[in-house]
Amino acid sequence: MNSSIGKAYVSTASSSAGWKAGDAAAAADQFPAGLRVLVVDDDPTCLMILEKMLRTCLYDVTKCNRAETALLMLRENKNGFDIVISDVHMPDMDGFKLLEHIGLEMDLPVIMMSADDGKHVVMKGVTHGACDYLIKPVRIEALKNIWQHVVRKRKNEWKDFEQSGSVEEGDRQLKQSDDADYSSSANEGSWKSSKRRKDDGDETDERDDTSTLKKPRVVWSVELHQQFVAAVNQLGIDNAVPKKILELMNVPGLTRENVASHLQKYRLYLRRLSGVSQHQSNLNNSLMSPQGATFGPLSSLNGLDLQTLAATGQLPAQSLATLQAVGLGRPTGKSGIPMPLVDQRNIFSFENPKLRIGEGQQQHVNNNKQMNLLQGIPTTMEPKQLAGLHHTMQSMGNMNMQVASHGSQNSQNNPLLMQIVQPQARGQMINDSSLSHAPRLLSPMGQPILANGIAANVSTKNGIQENIRAPSYNPVLQTSSMSNFPMNHTSELPGNSFPLGSTSGISSLTPKVAFQEDVNSDIKGSMGFMPGYDIFNDLNQHKPQNWELQNIGMTFDVSQHSNILQGNHNDSQSVLVQQGFSSSQVNGQNRSASVISKAMFSVGDGTGHVNAQNGNQHLNTLLVDGTVRVKSETVADATPTNLYPGDDLMSALLKQQDVIAPAEHEFHFDGYSLHNIPE
Amino acid sequence: MDRNRLQHQVACMRRSLFDQGYLDEPFIQLEELQDDANPNFVQEIVTLFYTNSARLIQNIEHALNSRPIDFNKLDDHMHQFKGSSSSIGAKKVTNECTVFRDYCSAENAEGCSRSFQQVKQEYAILRRKLEVYLQMVRQAAVSQTA
Repeated sequence: MNSSIGKAYVSTASSSAGWKAGDAAAAADQFPAGLRVLVVDDDPTCLMILEKMLRTCLYDVTKCNRAETALLMLRENKNGFDIVISDVHMPDMDGFKLLEHIGLEMDLPVIMMSADDGKHVVMKGVTHGACDYLIKPVRIEALKNIWQHVVRKRKNEWKDFEQSGSVEEGDRQLKQSDDADYSSSANEGSWKSSKRRKDDGDETDERDDTSTLKKPRVVWSVELHQQFVAAVNQLGIDNAVPKKILELMNVPGLTRENVASHLQKYRLYLRRLSGVSQHQSNLNNSLMSPQGATFGPLSSLNGLDLQTLAATGQLPAQSLATLQAVGLGRPTGKSGIPMPLVDQRNIFSFENPKLRIGEGQQQHVNNNKQMNLLQGIPTTMEPKQLAGLHHTMQSMGNMNMQVASHGSQNSQNNPLLMQIVQPQARGQMINDSSLSHAPRLLSPMGQPILANGIAANVSTKNGIQENIRAPSYNPVLQTSSMSNFPMNHTSELPGNSFPLGSTSGISSLTPKVAFQEDVNSDIKGSMGFMPGYDIFNDLNQHKPQNWELQNIGMTFDVSQHSNILQGNHNDSQSVLVQQGFSSSQVNGQNRSASVISKAMFSVGDGTGHVNAQNGNQHLNTLLVDGTVRVKSETVADATPTNLYPGDDLMSALLKQQDVIAPAEHEFHFDGYSLHNIPE
Repeated sequence: MDRNRLQHQVACMRRSLFDQGYLDEPFIQLEELQDDANPNFVQEIVTLFYTNSARLIQNIEHALNSRPIDFNKLDDHMHQFKGSSSSIGAKKVTNECTVFRDYCSAENAEGCSRSFQQVKQEYAILRRKLEVYLQMVRQAAVSQTA
């Protein structure tokens, strides 16, 4: 059986590249040969067998043994595949979850497979939107006809499209192109050539071509999805019917059917979110799983999801309020949630968010909504970018989320910003950077976290320079991280100066100071995120529900950074004072910078500062005027007095700081105001 | 002729493997997938199966020996192993896996333990037979080209 297939098509069993570049007509004749299939299965034996079978069917096969990798591939190459076949039981991600993601993000037909043939599992496949369900062991005959799903989908999409336009023409197209339809729909080569023809031909030809050939499916871009979510929020989830949503969105060319199908998926997604276990981490996972699970819809945390989430008890009420406030760009009063600064668009990074980070990372970032933002973040930051840091700090939350993927040195800290953010955001970079100062500050465990970045930094003089640069990362990162968090932004994040800011409120403080140092050193290898993250990570980890922690990211007294940098200098304390930081919180307590336990953060308290509770090192987060200031207190070992301890580093940092923001001694990072944002 | 005899032996052994229920339909699929482009496909798959199985069996052992027994995890591992063995058509092994999973869902540790011994036994037997069989196949192929 197979052998005959093989023989018959031997001549056409060509590489996809060749196929695509070839003659469209010829390619069309060959359909379904060349169908681009992505097969995902953690079992190597099955995977290999499937690959061979699919190749025998003359498909263009890509195999993958992890769901995450598959998603990455799909995101990187949105139009690179025609259909996905995935196993149900996989260790890193449930097959149905993958299915949902694909449906929402790429809208590709997905076939599920499993040795399990129980009715409820098959039903689950149906409800999650799988276009077919194969029982293992899969026979090649079952694979021979999978192309029908591709054709069917295109045909339906085309129909949707048509319905918004001239029905008559649509019918005509449908009838005429019956044969050509499916051959071209799955045939990118044909489509491309038709496209060429299109350019040459006139409008009607164009219409014909597109209708008969591969109908471009509606791609729910970040912006588009954002509009969708905004419309849904405006209407209220109960009142959100496709027709109204469509009207609100007012996007030409979009049909009610497009909206309807997207809405359906979106609802499924929400349901899944709310059905997630009570544990916060689950929530975090769904929101921003480092695995890149989350995407656009998350951003709609803004009102809709938040409510849903809160309602289901997933979110503590306070968190909800905070989130909403953030999402809506409202000052949350208590905590100067940094988020607002984030470019909201980033939240919906379905596609490639415009990362200012740098070319290289773009891809990465895009693919992992939540994570990998920090990848490849350039380590060069301009001092002036520090200014923007604070802004970015606000979006720290995002950063954190994004960071997930980088295993930077400080693995332990995930960008904490929001509890929502999964602590595991291994903000690699962020961790590192934040670790430098923050970690210590925050480690509830009272462990002298200093270790990480700071220790390293302390030793390097030029760390200063780097630190300063670090802030620049924030902005960059932030943009990418946005996706996870609904940051309502009151202003567009300035180019790159912000990302860093978001990374850690803490970092915001540091930008001027040493933190940068840490950041940089850490960043070197990783993303170079603001150290502040670590702080948050810790916080998050320990107290995921503590929304107040978010504020941490807000503002950090520079001095604090110094403190951190110092590693255990009392000077930090004095530095604070000297620097004239508003928080004057230096309350004679000299403690080596330590991680502040969450409880220490008093949001919205102008003067309040959390005193380090841990014996050794605390990071005080001071919330002043709605901004969070993180202040590190050095444990009472020494008396804080000299601002500039003989430590060169410190001096350097301070000086640097002066250079950077000479006039600025007070670093408030009000999430809602963007000053000094270098554009 | 030697070649003919070899081929005959191969055919006989193959037949008995199927008749005795060691192998099933999926194995035939594997054989059919083998072609000039992949002349050792069956052997490759089977080898991959051995490697993977060793790992899975170890996981199951581990899960069975841990206290308390996590039946969900146990079932997960066995599910994987079952999927793997069914994909190459290891009929008897797959059947034993099913028995195991039944005990697992009943959370019968004793039953799981016993049936796991059966699974391992069937796996060992099949492996031996397959090795012999495939070696014969190789010899016959070589003699053919000779």
